[in-house]
Amino acid sequence: MTPQSLDTTSAPGQSRSGAGALMQLASRWRVPLTILALCALPWLLPSKALAVNVLIYGTFAVGYNLLFGYTGLLSFGHAAFFGSGAYLTGMSIVHFGANWLLALTTGITGALLLALVMGTLSIRTRGIYFSMVTLALAQLVYYTALQASSWTGGENGLRGFTVSRIDVFGLQIDFLNPLHKYYVVLIFTALALWLVSRALNSSFGAVIEAIRENEVRARACGYNVERTKLISFVLSGAICGLAGGLSALHLAIVPLDTLHYQTSGLVVMMTLLGGMGSFFGPFIGALAFLVMEDLFSLWTAHWQLFVGAIFILFVLFLPKGIWGTILGAGER
Amino acid sequence: MDVQLIAMQLLSGAVLGAVLVMTALGFTIIFGMLGVVNFAHGALFMIGAYAGVAVAMQTGSFWWALLVAPLAVGALGLLIERFLIRPLYNRPADDPILLTFGLGYVLVEVVRIVFGNDGIPFSTPAALVGVVNLGIGYFPIYRLFVIAVVALILALLWLGLEKTRFGLIVRAGARDPQIMRVLGVDMRRLWFLVFGVGIGLTALGGVLAAPMRNVNPEMGALVLAEAFVVTVIGGLGSIVGAVVAGILVGLVVSLTSLVAPEMATISMFALMALVLLIRPQGLFGRAGA
Repeated sequence: MTPQSLDTTSAPGQSRSGAGALMQLASRWRVPLTILALCALPWLLPSKALAVNVLIYGTFAVGYNLLFGYTGLLSFGHAAFFGSGAYLTGMSIVHFGANWLLALTTGITGALLLALVMGTLSIRTRGIYFSMVTLALAQLVYYTALQASSWTGGENGLRGFTVSRIDVFGLQIDFLNPLHKYYVVLIFTALALWLVSRALNSSFGAVIEAIRENEVRARACGYNVERTKLISFVLSGAICGLAGGLSALHLAIVPLDTLHYQTSGLVVMMTLLGGMGSFFGPFIGALAFLVMEDLFSLWTAHWQLFVGAIFILFVLFLPKGIWGTILGAGER
Repeated sequence: MDVQLIAMQLLSGAVLGAVLVMTALGFTIIFGMLGVVNFAHGALFMIGAYAGVAVAMQTGSFWWALLVAPLAVGALGLLIERFLIRPLYNRPADDPILLTFGLGYVLVEVVRIVFGNDGIPFSTPAALVGVVNLGIGYFPIYRLFVIAVVALILALLWLGLEKTRFGLIVRAGARDPQIMRVLGVDMRRLWFLVFGVGIGLTALGGVLAAPMRNVNPEMGALVLAEAFVVTVIGGLGSIVGAVVAGILVGLVVSLTSLVAPEMATISMFALMALVLLIRPQGLFGRAGA
């Protein structure tokens, strides 16, 4: 791993202030530090089920953040990848009796291929159109799943698969125990984080950020903007597919809403709340969103009203999100 | 017989197209003139339908609903522009999208609190109930009425934009706001008004659609996707593009439902994918825009 600081915007090389040096060190060790924090998470939260959800949605947001935060493409169709990952994982078990790992691999592969098709179409459009096209294409996937009810269960969602015991490299693990489940999911989250960190540290990572900052200049410098965007889109889709597959294994049901436009919106909100374009932000965002959901729904059935209002306030006044704002303060 | 069936299906396709044009019109105007992609469009369409239901229940008249609901929701649109959209004009283009998405989220929840989660039936106004014989078959009067209203609105828009001084300024402002500002035009006031008109038209679409669609808090999601499809096919917030695209989509959906009814909704998105492959800028969009 090359020790490059991409999380912080400070100049490379020697940092003068102690805080800056600390930030750079943290940035270099961001994958182990994030995994360490996530290892501790279930012991810090009131319920283990909440921790599993934070992990799954955090992984979803990590995948999404690669496209939105780092490449600067605002997609409103990522429910299609999360949902197709979930559906294909579930369908592999229900219809073909696949084992959990094969099912999950199928889910990721399916989401990756779907991202390749959707990406090829949506990247042809420029700027503001991109959000509209990704949303419309995701709706196409939603209605297809609704119609293909013999495969997907239609409006009732996909049911009838429960993974109670899984085999991790010869080790039998009780998957109904939420704590065991958490650490199994964490293995996959760690893999995704490592992959994203490698991608960001490579020259590919530098190019996607160049595209985000100034697409015209990146093109003028001779980079193949379309192809780079497509690779980012596909990688992002595959990670979201992984999150979807994990969610299917976790819930033992795939509701049709997994593919709904609301799910796409959910990951946008989580990513922005946490801090787009920051490495740890997606988990903070997922945690903040899920804790708010839990707290507000204790008190009112209309928790979405408050979450939506808080999101609007973030867009207006804190567009860097929670983690992005903390990082910004640390750099000064 | 077969020819008659196809002719009927073409006609109902054209009607569906008119409804889609109305669905997308407010969105297209705001997008074309202000460059703001309004993700709360579906929610405001839904609020228009609910406002129509509320006014019709209070006054007992569909005609009052048709008049009052768009004005009331248009006024709400003015408030939204003033307090939520205006602070974002100098920010990245994604920020208004994010904000209006959050706004849509909030508006849907407000409607749930006021009217409940279930759909509300909205009966066709008594004067427009029934069918009329068009020679090739029987057709619902209400749908013909919708075509007439959409044609009237389009004619008024065309007159307003092409034949008045205000329209001239709006069109010039859409092309180059900077020059207009230099020329001494208060663009902020102009955008304020255009946004209000766009939201009012969105609400009018909602009221007109209320007797044909199920009025429920969830109806906005499909409306938003439909508006996107029509705008992307038409290209660049062009009103002519939206009209042609709307009717094209209506015809395709209608003919698909003749052959394979379960594919009707899907065909609309497939058409958009096809247009993107052949002409990414849309039918009436300029390349590179």
